[in-house]
Amino acid sequence: MRLVVDLNRCQGYAQCAFLAPDVFTMHGDEALMYDPQADDSQREHVRRAADACPVKAITLDYADLDGAAEAGGSRDD
Amino acid sequence: MTIDGYLEAFRREGRIVVVGASLAGLRAAEALRAEGFAGTLTLVGDEPHEPYDRPPLSKQVLLGKVPADHTRLPRVRPVDAQWRLGSAATGLDLAAKRVRLADGDVLDYDRLLITTGVRARPWPQELEAELDGVFVLRTQDDAVQLHHRLAAGPRRVLVIGAGFTGSEIASACRERDVPVTVAERGAAPLVGALGGVVGEVAAELQRAHGVDLRCGVQVTGLEGDSAGRVRTAHFSDGTAVACDVVVVALGATRNTEWLADSGLGAGPRGIACDAGCRAFDVRGIVTDDVFVAGDVARSPHPLFGYQFLSLEHWGNAVAQAEVAAHNMVSASAERRPHLWMPSFWSAQFGVNIKSVGVPPMADQIMVTQGSLAEQRFTAAYGFQGRVIAAVTFDQAKWLDFYERQIERAASFPPEFTTVDRRPEGRQPVAADFPDPSQPSHGPTVTLSGYSPTDRRVSFTPRRA
Amino acid sequence: MTSVALLRQVLDYANRPDPYPLYAELRRTPVVRDEAGPYLVSTYWAVKGLLHDPRISSDARNLTPEAAEATGQEQDPNLPPSFLRLDPPEHDRLRRLAMRPFGPPHTPRRVFEMHGELAGIVTGLIDGLRGRDAIDLVDDVSYPFPVTVICRILGVPREDETHFHEWADTIAAGLDPVGTPEERAAKMQDVQQARRDLAMYLAGLIEERRRSPRDDMLSALATEHGPDGQMSPVEMITTSVLLLIAGHETTVNLITNGMLTLLRHPDVLQRLRTEPALAGPLVEELLRFEPPVQMLPQRTTLAEIEVAGTVIPKGAAVYLMVASGNRDPQRFTDPDRFVPDRPDNQHLGFGHGLHSCFGAPLARLEAQLALTELVRRLDAPQLVEDPPPYRQNAVLRGPRHLPLTIGGIRD
Repeated sequence: MRLVVDLNRCQGYAQCAFLAPDVFTMHGDEALMYDPQADDSQREHVRRAADACPVKAITLDYADLDGAAEAGGSRDD
Repeated sequence: MTIDGYLEAFRREGRIVVVGASLAGLRAAEALRAEGFAGTLTLVGDEPHEPYDRPPLSKQVLLGKVPADHTRLPRVRPVDAQWRLGSAATGLDLAAKRVRLADGDVLDYDRLLITTGVRARPWPQELEAELDGVFVLRTQDDAVQLHHRLAAGPRRVLVIGAGFTGSEIASACRERDVPVTVAERGAAPLVGALGGVVGEVAAELQRAHGVDLRCGVQVTGLEGDSAGRVRTAHFSDGTAVACDVVVVALGATRNTEWLADSGLGAGPRGIACDAGCRAFDVRGIVTDDVFVAGDVARSPHPLFGYQFLSLEHWGNAVAQAEVAAHNMVSASAERRPHLWMPSFWSAQFGVNIKSVGVPPMADQIMVTQGSLAEQRFTAAYGFQGRVIAAVTFDQAKWLDFYERQIERAASFPPEFTTVDRRPEGRQPVAADFPDPSQPSHGPTVTLSGYSPTDRRVSFTPRRA
Repeated sequence: MTSVALLRQVLDYANRPDPYPLYAELRRTPVVRDEAGPYLVSTYWAVKGLLHDPRISSDARNLTPEAAEATGQEQDPNLPPSFLRLDPPEHDRLRRLAMRPFGPPHTPRRVFEMHGELAGIVTGLIDGLRGRDAIDLVDDVSYPFPVTVICRILGVPREDETHFHEWADTIAAGLDPVGTPEERAAKMQDVQQARRDLAMYLAGLIEERRRSPRDDMLSALATEHGPDGQMSPVEMITTSVLLLIAGHETTVNLITNGMLTLLRHPDVLQRLRTEPALAGPLVEELLRFEPPVQMLPQRTTLAEIEVAGTVIPKGAAVYLMVASGNRDPQRFTDPDRFVPDRPDNQHLGFGHGLHSCFGAPLARLEAQLALTELVRRLDAPQLVEDPPPYRQNAVLRGPRHLPLTIGGIRD
């Protein structure tokens, strides 16, 4: 699964690093590093992390969101 | 046909070409569909890869935590586009509304969006640049090669230029326990983007992490061995260093050469456009069918004296792409201005560096919270008595406040007290930016004059 | 209606079940001064702005003496404040030290790896309800669950809970700015006594853990050294008092408010049964809709500042009405509707900025687990009374009991 974090928004609350530590890690107290192509087995954790982000900085691929089927099914490319 | 009728027909069955298939191009394409554009959408990209994210390339990827080809951008929605990847645009015919591609194809458009971005500035000595072991870092392919070399355990890496990218590369080297020398023409790392006061903190950070930091020097030559592998770098102070990897991090060049004879207001500083992302032509007249977004754009900002800002900022690319897309399919009364607050981040040596506003415009700086010595602080930048920018080292949670201060043109130095004010926060000091006429590795914000119709801007026709 | 009447009404126990119409009244003037002195800030953007404003202090020593007295925020002469009531740099140092054994960057997997253990505790509590047709969700699940968890994390013996339960309740009640100055003074005496008792108790435990450390936070605080060194013995005590109280008095409300809200929205309850992944966004919406901490009454101004057109003088008490900000129609579409998958839900339920809730990841996990398991396993749960009886507290607001009838317990 693909994801991207808007690190302009990110303020280092580290909720993602608590909830999905195999995908998001804090580098020092505030800098976030993450795996932009997380393993599919992490989907549930990554979604919880995205939900919990206090500044909603985590964007997931629409194919990994609920309702992807209604939004047009699989990616067109 | 009425204007309204044209717009409706265009939205239904028009042709949009987006030249540049990176962050801005992708987000614009998605926004066009989200805005209801139902016509033909073509995305042109010079790289063969589908849109990917660049910031991780100098961080997670160099650290070996993420493979270089694992940074493809998530899609916000389907774009239903024709993809022309690996095929650079080579020319534009404004009158015929046509883009030429490297493979000889031409693409007709009704409206064009240019998001060609920037590329790494190469090492100017071509023969030296071709030595094995000399790299730049901008693309996924660059990152694959550089990571491969770092993983092989080089004896010493030389990074030329201590801007954000160069500093992040040095940080990754140290974290991998690879010896690294950083050569910076200015007085300190990050000096072009954040000034000398903060640059000194960045220098301390580098040295504390074992970087062999050499400021105030230029690399005068790269020397190879008989097999054509880089071996030694020579500096302007007469010293030399043995190195088997050299990373040239001297900033970026805007990808506008393909527009050289197009009649568009495009040059080395980017493509000038209005606040609505419409490109200017060389006469200073705004076009109505060519739009620009992302790193290649240069647009006026009312918060910063209507100066034309070129921003190599991730967030700007996203925001400007969305505004451009909206305006491309909207009637003029419904168009929106792109008034994004410049913001960027960098992670290096375990520190999160963030900034809002335009630090290089400042003449003074004041540490309003925390302490430079502790490498945890917030500093406000002032220009002519108002707050113009702010930077934080591991204090990002305060940045919103300073952003509001900039938006309100709050007075500088701040008259109020704050939590965590230290003795060093009592007085502003000179921000200590280098002479902007001598860009070294390039700040991430370029200020480039007032307006393309200003007499000081001259047009140089293509050399015959 | 005047603002004066409004704060009194918000604090009035009679309005505990539904303070939200009062907040709506309050928001008509984003910043108002109450007769008792504090400035009430009630709109989303104003509250959020102040949570990120470095001219706002959490340290009661920055209040003017009048404001401190009027709002009952005098210093405890016996015990210094915890990091909740300190500003940077002390706040930052103590919070980093407290975070070291709890979360990233030093201990990133602690909470994550408690998932199975937490699920086991919930399962045990729900299993214990077999054979009953009436339960009190508070006493049976939503109180014992987070208390067991915080005890395990800190390393506090669960059986000692009978000692410190009352201390914790007294300290939590002390957050409420209610009563006459005399009543508040009397209450502050009780609060300080309870803090002292709890501190003595924890000091003994910390000393035990220092001598023979185990795998818990008290041991780590007492024995480990990081880049910031170590807490002083007094700091260890004030920090563990804070964590024990916070783990004790807040998540219980989140879980209870959650079940109450679900029972009031049977369609959402049904959805959560069939779609457990909904728990993530649902708990965020709960934190917006019924936040366990309704207001932050412990801030003050370091300078005269202007907020939404009102000038607040230096040293004034400022109450940030987060539950009101969460219902601000300027920020949230249809704010009085419970929308379990509400997009862009940047609520203020855990605060924001540097004092944002330390235990948020744990509270999230506990609430997600508890609610998912409760709706999955309770057969035909019904509210016995609506509204249920509430706790006295206005700041840490939630039902004291949530009596339910159930048809049984599913496997």
